[in-house]
Parts: sequence; structure tokens; C-alpha cells
Amino acid sequence: MSAPAAIEVSRLVTHYGSRLILDNIDFRAGYGEIMVIMGGSGSGKSTLLRHLLGLHRPSSGSIRLLGKDITTASPAEMHDLRRNMGVSFQGGALLSSMTVAENVMLPLREHTALDEQTMQIIARMKLEVVNLGGFGDLKPSQLSGGMIKRAALARAIAMDPKLLFFDEPSAGLDPVVAAELDELILKLRDTMKMTIVVVTHELDSAFKIADRITVLDNGRILLMGSVEEVRNSSIERVQNLLNRRPREEEIDADDYLRRLTEG
Amino acid sequence: MLMWLRGCRRMAEAHQTTVSSALEKIGKGCIELLEELGYYLALTVESLFWIVAGRAHRQPVKLSAAVQQMVEIGLAGLPIIFVLSFAIGVMLAIQGIHTLKQFGAETQVVLGIALSVTREFGPLITGILVAGRSGSALAARIGTMTVNQEVDALRVMGINPVRYLVSPVLVAMMLMLPLVTLFSDFAALFGGAVFCNLELGLSFAAYWDQSTAFITTDDVLQGLSKSVVFGIIIALVGVTNGFMVSGGAEGVGKSTTRAVVLSISYIVLADMAFTYFLNR
Repeated sequence: MSAPAAIEVSRLVTHYGSRLILDNIDFRAGYGEIMVIMGGSGSGKSTLLRHLLGLHRPSSGSIRLLGKDITTASPAEMHDLRRNMGVSFQGGALLSSMTVAENVMLPLREHTALDEQTMQIIARMKLEVVNLGGFGDLKPSQLSGGMIKRAALARAIAMDPKLLFFDEPSAGLDPVVAAELDELILKLRDTMKMTIVVVTHELDSAFKIADRITVLDNGRILLMGSVEEVRNSSIERVQNLLNRRPREEEIDADDYLRRLTEG
Repeated sequence: MLMWLRGCRRMAEAHQTTVSSALEKIGKGCIELLEELGYYLALTVESLFWIVAGRAHRQPVKLSAAVQQMVEIGLAGLPIIFVLSFAIGVMLAIQGIHTLKQFGAETQVVLGIALSVTREFGPLITGILVAGRSGSALAARIGTMTVNQEVDALRVMGINPVRYLVSPVLVAMMLMLPLVTLFSDFAALFGGAVFCNLELGLSFAAYWDQSTAFITTDDVLQGLSKSVVFGIIIALVGVTNGFMVSGGAEGVGKSTTRAVVLSISYIVLADMAFTYFLNR
């Protein structure tokens, strides 16, 4: 555990308004590791991802990416760090006013001084990597769901980042396309040595790609370990998640009445 | 039973707090208004910062983006601006002649049209129209981008959304609104001229000579300086409502409506304040 970590989160606490979302999260991912963050809806996994991306300021705690604490980094340091980060959002988040190729070229245009032709070649290369060769001139609205996710991945890896974040890669895709995307994630890690963080609630995909899995529940880390450790975990909540069992919550009568009567 | 009683007591307590909750709502509303005004101010400062210092921070404001916005705001709206301004000119002529007839001073209508168009109606009608056309488009575009996480995507790519989305619009609005206002001034004067020609038999040359004799640079500048402020209002209100969108497609629709209504309201109020102070 003493090896330098690509991502190191310690004692992260975050609130949404006055509601506690993440409670004392400790989390680390080593270089070249695929870390899957799992959890049900409302477990705080999306919030954790948004904090890792530096989109929100935490209430307390620190988040170190590639050794740099993003909670205290200056805008210039953050800007440099972002060159080494690629993100593929759940809905793709491609800019709808641009073609697919222009979307992939956008990070290059903003961060490098490459000439137009070189950028176009890089964009085509990245689109080939995700099997979208020849689709560069289409607008995002002309692509299918799976193609949008792959195009978003192409944009995320345009700068050959050291860190790659992936939000729900297989949500809303048919099983074959989802499996292809999983293969692609593994290939990227093997060939480009990226550290990859995947947020998902799809068990199959999580077990297939993960080196380690972090299970979140109600804003706390329930378990962090290898695929085997998670599979064999004796924690009831983890097993609920794995076996698709509904939660059996005890209702506190006093608490219930208070929720009903307080506006 | 005990629990039921407890519940009842809580409900009674809730009733007593209706008055204080009404006060609370007013207070909350005031705070929200102040927050929004503060947000406008911060947004203006930040986008001006990127325009001036963007290059030094490796985040230059792209000229092409500003030009594209200018075409969208200015050129595309010219036909409708012409029609409405022309109509305003005709209406001013009709009302002016009707009023001045009572004093037998119909020919003085030229003075009335010239001053009210350049000082007031040109900038106002332009502001309202651009708010309706471009303010709504702006709120819808940025709102959709917010909902689709495109704004987040820009941020994680290290592209400051204010620099990328707001600064070009602000520049375009500040430059284009005065130009379009000038165009609107001419269209309205032309409308007045056409009606005066038909009703009073005043020749176009005579109308033009009289108008230019009355209008001072000050009058025109007063109108144009107001239009710059209107441009800033449209840009800020449109962009802010776009960024504040939540709740999917329905949220985008709501914000778009809100942006148009708010920017037109702010334009009229700002117009009143400006006119008051500029004519002291």
C-alpha cells in the first residue's frame, strides 16, 4: 500500500445543501489499475466521481490525483492536471454543435499547438481505436447510443491521459455493445497503461473489468477489495446488491411520523 | 395512541408557523434575487477577465466564436428589426400628427419622431426583439448543454465554460446591439418619412434635412449607450438561466421563458433608470 497512488482520496466529506452525501471516504487507486466504483442509486457513487473530476468542492478531506491535491490546486495547476485526465460521461456529453471528429479534436485544439492536419490524423486514429473509423463527419445526433459512448471515449483519450474516468459505460446499451465496450476498456489499460475509474451498477461488467471494486452504500464505503473478495463478502448489503435482493428496512415509527408531519 | 397524539401536536405546531413561513418566503425570495444579481456581476467580471487576460492564461476567447454569435444576433435579425422599426416610425408619425393637429403644428412631427426614435424607441425595440430572438436561443442552447453534461465535459477538458460560452456572446452583444440599434433608428425614421410624405406631402429630402438638423450626436449616443447595456442584460440573463437549468427538457423550456421575460423586464427598467439619469 505504500506505492504511490494515481488517485488518493482521504477523509472526503461532502454535503448537498445540508444533506450529507459522502461520509468520510478513503479511496485509492494505483497506477495502471482499473477501479470500479459500485453501488445502488443514491449511494453517492456519481457524487464521488464528480468530486474526483474536480467539478465540486468537498466540505472537507483531500483528493490527490497524480500526487496533486485538487482541493487546494491553483487554476493553473488544475488546468495542467486536466491535460492528463479523460472523462467519458454517461450520456456522452459530446458538443452537439460539432461533428464527432471536431469533438475529438477539441481537447487537442485547446491544449496543444498542433497544426490542423496533425489534429485531424490524431482524431481519426482515436476514432479507429474505438471502432468508429469513417464516422468522424457525422453529428452526435446521428449516432446510436453505443456509438455516442465510443465517440465520447475517443474524445476522452484524445490527449493520451494518464487517468480515465468512465461514468456508467454500459447503461442503456445492449449486452453485445456493452461487452465490446468492456473489452475496449481492458485494451486501453493494457496498451496505454492508463489508470481507469469506472462507475457502474452493472455487475457483469464490473466483475469482468475490475482489478479492485469499491462498494458504496449511503455515502459510505461498504467494502473495497478484489473481485473475489467482493463476491465472497459476508456483508449483507453487498450480497443484496449482488443477488438483486430488495432491501428490508426497519421502519422507526417515531421517525416515520415526524417525516409525515414536518413540512 | 401516544404516537398519534404526538403526531397531532406536531400538526398544530405546523399551523402556527404559517405566518412566519410567509415571511420566510419573502426573505428567501429577496436573498435569491440578491444572489442572482451577484451572479450576474460575477459573470460579467469573469467574462471580461477572459476577454482581456485569456491569452495570457492559455485560454484565449476565440474570435471566430464571437463573429458567429454576431452574425446570429445581428444579421439574421435585420429583416424583422426593419419591419418593426418601420412600423414604430409610422405609428409615431400618426400619433404625432394627431396630437400636433390640435395646435396646428403638424410639421413639427418630424422633430418628435427624430428625437423619440433615436433616444428611446430604436434601442428599446431592438433590445426587446434581440431578447426575444437571441436571448431565448442562448438560454435554450446553454440549458441543453447543461442538461446533457456538455458544460461538465468542457470543464473536465480544462475549457472554462465562461470563457468558451459566455465571453463570445457578451462581446457579440455589446458590439452588435448598437449597430442593430442604428439600423433600427434609420428604419423608424424611414417609416416616419413615408407616412409624412403620404399625409403631409413632405418630401423625403425635406424630412431628412429637418431630422438631421434636429438630431444631435448626443441624442444618438444616448440611444446607443443604452443599447450596449441592453446587450449586456440579454447576454447575462440568457446565459445565467441556461446554466441554472435543472430537470431535463422541461427545465430548459422553463428557463428559456424565464430568460425572455426577465431580460425584457430588466431592459425596460434599466431604460427607465438610464433615461432618468441621462436627462438630469
